[in-house]
Amino acid sequence: MQQPSPSSLSHALNTAGNLADRFVSGAEAKIALSNFVKGSALDGRGHELCGRSVLIATIDQLMAVAALIELDGVARRIVLYPPDLSLEHLPFVARSAAVDAIVSDRATIGIETPGVTSFIHCHERIVPRVSDRNVPHQTEWILLTSGTTGTPKLVAHTLTSLAGAIEKNNLAPATLVWSTFYDIRRYGGLQIFLRAMLTGASLVLSSAQEPVGEFLARAGALGVTHISGTPSHWRRALMSASAHLMAPEYVRLSGEIADQALLDQLQAFYPQASVSHAFASTEAGVAFDVKDTMSGVPSAMIQHTPGVEMKIEDGTLRIRSDRTASCYLNHECRPLKDKDGFVDTGDVLELRGDRYHFIGRRDGVINVGGLKVHPEEIEEVINRHPHVRMSLVRTRKNPLMGALVVADVVLRTAPISIDNCTIHRDILSLCRESLSAHKVPVSINFVSALAVAETGKLIRRHA
Amino acid sequence: MNVRSEVVTQFKQVAQEQGKRLAPLTDDLELLNSGLDSLCLAILVNRLEDALGVDPFTASEDALFPVTFGDFVSFYEHAAA
Repeated sequence: MQQPSPSSLSHALNTAGNLADRFVSGAEAKIALSNFVKGSALDGRGHELCGRSVLIATIDQLMAVAALIELDGVARRIVLYPPDLSLEHLPFVARSAAVDAIVSDRATIGIETPGVTSFIHCHERIVPRVSDRNVPHQTEWILLTSGTTGTPKLVAHTLTSLAGAIEKNNLAPATLVWSTFYDIRRYGGLQIFLRAMLTGASLVLSSAQEPVGEFLARAGALGVTHISGTPSHWRRALMSASAHLMAPEYVRLSGEIADQALLDQLQAFYPQASVSHAFASTEAGVAFDVKDTMSGVPSAMIQHTPGVEMKIEDGTLRIRSDRTASCYLNHECRPLKDKDGFVDTGDVLELRGDRYHFIGRRDGVINVGGLKVHPEEIEEVINRHPHVRMSLVRTRKNPLMGALVVADVVLRTAPISIDNCTIHRDILSLCRESLSAHKVPVSINFVSALAVAETGKLIRRHA
Repeated sequence: MNVRSEVVTQFKQVAQEQGKRLAPLTDDLELLNSGLDSLCLAILVNRLEDALGVDPFTASEDALFPVTFGDFVSFYEHAAA
């Protein structure tokens, strides 16, 4: 059934009510939602951002929560800068999204950003709001996702498209507490943030700096009932002695392929919980939620999911719904949807019996613990080495992170004075200097040749 | 082949490569406190698969995940037996 669209986050929070009892907890602080809705974490300067394109680049997730609640419905556009994205991309992002104001809990961004005329500091000292809000804008939400060359793609949503999968008619009891291993500035985490905010629940945020055992203990102490993460997050949680400190009623997996062994282990570890695995992507939105504790997706679910049309074309899953993003802001990107409005997820599905199983990505993208890795970005770094003729980055299956990255490298004829060990070490140093840790190949194999297709492109295999 | 010594060797090797400070590898050490992060543990599991020819994480569907270093060694000893 079509749900009424929330006009703004603040309005939806007020509608869900019970704000004094509901909270958002970060590793450092726990703040009642009433403070966020009535107060300002921006020194009461939120109204200065009315109608502007605002980039939110906070270190602390709680501050991102405060800024989102304060600015949705006020700003024309908000851009969520993920904490793990290097600030070197900030000028490109700001230019692509016509950003004219930045909100941050940093003292300064320290990077030249032409066009930005306001910098507003965001902090935990909440002051009263200057004026009542009247929701002048249907704010556009811009999420960043990784692109082929390392430059992020800017994906445009609205609160309506982001909240399309959330049933808002059934308000949760005040005792319902959501949590997520994801950061809320990524699509998977943002879904959980909105779910908690729009349905009357509280929220416990994780933190990249907090050891997983401490996060699990905090989640348990704050009474987390519903929690989501990638299969890799969950495997790591099950390796912690603190996993038993929480007793969730609902355990959700997304962002990676959920294998049967993990689903069984989670169900055995949390026997009282419903364990489900969901499919969503930043571009395609939330598509389905598989609740029968079996890996793969029932073919009936692909054919009939209310509100979401799905089809398999040329082997990949295509999705059309009102939850998909509207477009990319980058000029260089291909259109986000085809002429019929379907988003190609790029995920290759194979029918086995009556269930579809994900077997990899058509474009060779490697999923390391829920983080997308484009092989081309890593190959470009390896190929900078003067003795490298060409390279192919591919996946190696891994039971903890789903996949790791390995590289096959063809060398030019090296001078006899340089041995392969030195080249191996130098390639790794080059990668470590230029790439995030999960993109650095875990092994480098020197090979005599790589398969090249008639098009002149390297042949990449699925998964 | 001695499984324990291979596990110890690979822990040290991965820690060195990834620039991590490894805690003393006692049997009651929690893996998540070993100094290796989740990426390092993932690399370790692939390296041990190459060295020992087994991957107990994939092979044993119903076993619980190891929590301590001692659990981890037993996990591999059972799989390699």
